[in-house]
Amino acid sequence: MYIIVVGGGKVGFYLTQTLLGEGYEVLLIERNAAKVERFVEGFGGVVLAGDGAETVTLAAAGAARADVVIAVTGEDEDNLVVCQVAKQKFQVGRTIARVNNPKNEQLFRLLGIDVTVSQTNYILNLIEQAIPERSFVHLLSLRHADLAIVDAKVSAGSVVAHRAVGEIVLPVNTTIAAISRGPHLIVPTAATEILPGDDVIAVAHRDQEDELRRLLVVD
Amino acid sequence: MGCGRVGARVAGILDHNGHRVTVIDTDSRAFRRLPSDFGGETLIGTGIDEDVLRAAGIEEASAFVAVTNGDNRNIMAAQVARLVFEVPEVICRIYDPVREDTYRRLGLTTICPTTSVSAVVIDHVIGASETLGGARGGGA
Repeated sequence: MYIIVVGGGKVGFYLTQTLLGEGYEVLLIERNAAKVERFVEGFGGVVLAGDGAETVTLAAAGAARADVVIAVTGEDEDNLVVCQVAKQKFQVGRTIARVNNPKNEQLFRLLGIDVTVSQTNYILNLIEQAIPERSFVHLLSLRHADLAIVDAKVSAGSVVAHRAVGEIVLPVNTTIAAISRGPHLIVPTAATEILPGDDVIAVAHRDQEDELRRLLVVD
Repeated sequence: MGCGRVGARVAGILDHNGHRVTVIDTDSRAFRRLPSDFGGETLIGTGIDEDVLRAAGIEEASAFVAVTNGDNRNIMAAQVARLVFEVPEVICRIYDPVREDTYRRLGLTTICPTTSVSAVVIDHVIGASETLGGARGGGA
């Protein structure tokens, strides 16, 4: 598998290092010549100086035979164009773009980018999970299905408290996957009673997240 | 979007002709390029941000022009204007001829100063009359 990485910032650097370590054929494209020199010392000849959004650079990088192009510069507009040019001009099968501004995630999907990675969102999620007393935390988005995995702490005033899972009318397109109670993780059956303070791990369609929150968490 | 020489001139002329114009630029100093009697709006921000475009009134706009110095910024903003806000007329400046070709094929209305200025220069160097004469000779 041949992978082209565009952008030699921290993400691009460690990504290249990791992929090389896993035995992939990798080429890193970086605009800054001084950085390229430093990378060549570390990585050897798998670094190319140039602007990854320019067709000439991508052609020199052998984009036509690349299986994956990953754009991880700090500028969303550059990542977008790198991936679009890779797709349109070189028919690259899989393009992955880093999204710096979380607002652009949906836009990139609309514009044909196969995979978007929003590090801002990931970091926000991790921090959210670490903040105590957060009652409803979005754990993960399953992008292509528009599904989300959420963790909701059941409040004492919730209508589901002291009710069996089978009695609860959940919003459409949602399901309770697990209940975390103190040290125990419970895979619920219809008879499992939900207690206040339980962490309910649920899978929900994006549109149903708010409804689920209202059901489980009473502020 | 982009209040450089071209952006400021386009905005000034359209304003002068009685159109409602809003100019977006990330640098407030760029607005000094606008004519002193410019009657339109100015907005500080980046045109690749949907919220900035909304604040600029893009939802009612009949045309959007992307003429910053960054090809990629222009390309992204033009696609947002066309696909998200469905602006009827979207014009995008792209300096790189190859990228211009790619996005023209994707349906953007593009202007490539590199290609058009080169064509004019070549016309002058070779001589338009000579080219025409050659064509006439070939047809006879």
